[in-house]
Amino acid sequence: MEVQKFSYDNKIVKNFAYATIIWGITGMVVGLIAALQLAFPEFFNDYLGFSFLSFGRIRPLHTNAVIFAFVGNGIFMGVYYSLQRLLKTRMWSDKLSTINFWGWQFIILCAVATLPFGITSGKEYAELEWWIDILIAILWVVFGWNMFATILVRRVKHLYVAIWFYIATFVTVAILHIFNSFELPISFLKSYSWYAGVQDALVQWWYGHNAVAFFLTTPYLGLMYYFVPKAANRPVYSYRLSIIHFWALIFIYIWAGPHHLLYSALPDWAQSLGVVFSVMLIAPSWGGMLNGLLTLRGAWDRVRDDVMLKFMVVALTCYGMATFEGPLLSLKNVNVISHFTDWTIAHVHIGGLGWNGMMTFGLLYWLFPRLFRTQLYSRKMANQHFWIATLGILLYAVPMYYAGFMQGLMWQEFNADGTLKYQDFLETVQMIRPFYILRSIGGLLYIIGAVMMFYNLVKTAKSGSLLANEDAEATIEVEQHKKSSKEHWHRGIESRPVQMMLLAIVVVAIGGLVQIIPTMIVKSNIPTISAVKPYTPLELQGRDLYIREGCYNCHSQLIRPLRFETARFGEYSKAGEFVYDHPFQWGSKRTGPDLAREGGNIKIKKSNFWHYQHMIRPKDVSKGSIMPAYTWLKENDLDISNTEAKINAMRTLGVPYKKGYEKTATNDLMLQANEIAADIIKNQPAELLKNINVEEETKKLEKKEIVALIAYLQRLGKDAMTTSTSPK
Amino acid sequence: MLRFIKHNLTGIDGVAIYPIISLLIFVLFFALMLVYVLRLRKKEIDEISAIPLDIEQKEITDLQINNRH
Repeated sequence: MEVQKFSYDNKIVKNFAYATIIWGITGMVVGLIAALQLAFPEFFNDYLGFSFLSFGRIRPLHTNAVIFAFVGNGIFMGVYYSLQRLLKTRMWSDKLSTINFWGWQFIILCAVATLPFGITSGKEYAELEWWIDILIAILWVVFGWNMFATILVRRVKHLYVAIWFYIATFVTVAILHIFNSFELPISFLKSYSWYAGVQDALVQWWYGHNAVAFFLTTPYLGLMYYFVPKAANRPVYSYRLSIIHFWALIFIYIWAGPHHLLYSALPDWAQSLGVVFSVMLIAPSWGGMLNGLLTLRGAWDRVRDDVMLKFMVVALTCYGMATFEGPLLSLKNVNVISHFTDWTIAHVHIGGLGWNGMMTFGLLYWLFPRLFRTQLYSRKMANQHFWIATLGILLYAVPMYYAGFMQGLMWQEFNADGTLKYQDFLETVQMIRPFYILRSIGGLLYIIGAVMMFYNLVKTAKSGSLLANEDAEATIEVEQHKKSSKEHWHRGIESRPVQMMLLAIVVVAIGGLVQIIPTMIVKSNIPTISAVKPYTPLELQGRDLYIREGCYNCHSQLIRPLRFETARFGEYSKAGEFVYDHPFQWGSKRTGPDLAREGGNIKIKKSNFWHYQHMIRPKDVSKGSIMPAYTWLKENDLDISNTEAKINAMRTLGVPYKKGYEKTATNDLMLQANEIAADIIKNQPAELLKNINVEEETKKLEKKEIVALIAYLQRLGKDAMTTSTSPK
Repeated sequence: MLRFIKHNLTGIDGVAIYPIISLLIFVLFFALMLVYVLRLRKKEIDEISAIPLDIEQKEITDLQINNRH
């Protein structure tokens, strides 16, 4: 027996805590702006029609800020606090902690400096460009290294279950991030996804779904297992259950990704696997939630007085709701209604605002008085925050559920004569606009609560002083690592972090491998369609503009094989149509109509001139449209200097452009641009044509970005619609 | 990248064994987990689950006793 004295690093926890609050409020405000754009598009078009504020660019900033900046910093805050205490050890290296902190903030600033300017890889929740992806990987390793080294030099024998969750978080996020971010850079600001079409979709949603699992869920469950017992001053309800919770959760979660692609062109077997595992997922999720809530058994009187516990209880309840809803939404018959609607948005906000947000607030209220050795400045204000935030969540989620359900059903409705009841997509958009206003109010309330908390916590900090290094001591048994003969076999894993990590990798790898490898290698999973040809250089440039503007945030490019879908948009999407799509642009939300057959379906195809006008003044062309006006597309010249590099990159990725084609590509591009520009000018109203020099105007227009985008839109769905499709 | 191993995997005879292997892995995984959890000793569980509370051994026992009532 030996008593060792040391100190905990509280400064790093404080830094992450402030970053969590500041980025949290920032990310939420960006979300509010995005919400207001859908509620009041006219106002934004008339007064704030800047490219960097347009919905397609702002929405990725919101999601990235909330996930990686708010929750990300929240994870580090909680882990850096709890890990030291659970291991009775200071973080292994203060230097690495500092690098972790500033590096992460730098990455967030990089996101802020790129996403609003259309610098994006175009994959949801993984929009950051290739060099930021590399920075993230490096920083994540710094975090993992520091954590692991701390675990290895710990002063306690056992690894408490919270640490298992941290380890699983570290390894899985690393795997997901690296595999989803395989990109081929063509310049500093542009890269193409290594995968194409269906494969890209599968990898992306394997990542997207598990980012929810291993960035928004497992680390927070670890925090829950530390902070709930701590706040309630009693051990977790059932430690046995927490072990089952952990292994079952990480084993099952990884399989469920394909439930984001139901009725898509993904092979059926992969969709079915996704559904089955999603349904199973309810067991560990609810096991964990109940374990958290039951920890408070007999301590409910404390919940009345302790604001932190109140936040925790709502967080756990929202976790339960979201994880009940998840399996529900992954059932095909429910998904038919919910997919592409605001139901999904409601679902993620129960998780984001309820589970992550409320849990983070609870932790902050708990940590600040302890870090600053003082009392909370105002308990009353914290209670008000609690109620405002809870009300905000309800006001956000309920209208979105209603809107999603309503719109999903409207899309399906047929008249007695077999025509669609709401043939005009915009009619269904107009019906849900009041709900967009309501949810903005909900979001605003939630932000007001967060600002109150910020004020409250700053006041708290000012009333005390930071205990940067908290003294601690631990009694260690000298023979602690010696295995006694009576010990259980699992002890070997449980008290040895490296084995634990390896086992976690194996467990999470199984699901990913079983789904991804066959989709990549078995040819019959992606039947080729001979009519599908690579994009022309102009279309390729237009596609990159489509990605830059974030069109996929509101428009899907995937028609499900359902009668009401094909009646509205045309022939359903096939896997073989997307083989040249680096990255895929299926989208996950239809704020506007699907575009998969925009240029190919004769019933919905519009003229070049229509697209031209529509891009510049959407609501003049489509009455009631809430799409932003893309005026800058007719102002900006298309950058064609990179055409050659783009063609070369695509060929490297397997797109069959002939050798040497890159040399003539620019020429082809200009010819096609001239054709489209001439067509647009020619179709102007007669009174306009009288006053202009047609040739001159054509010359001017053909250089503009808008022509490339129109070329791309007119190509969509064309190949598959012109010839019959047959598997080869 | 995967094209290099493509041929090797598609060429496997009796690839149908894969789902059976998957099922076995699945069942075994949960069976082992259950065996492990059921065989844990009470004392040990109490000790580990008290780690976040940062208290001495005697208090742990008291706390467990109190909580059970």
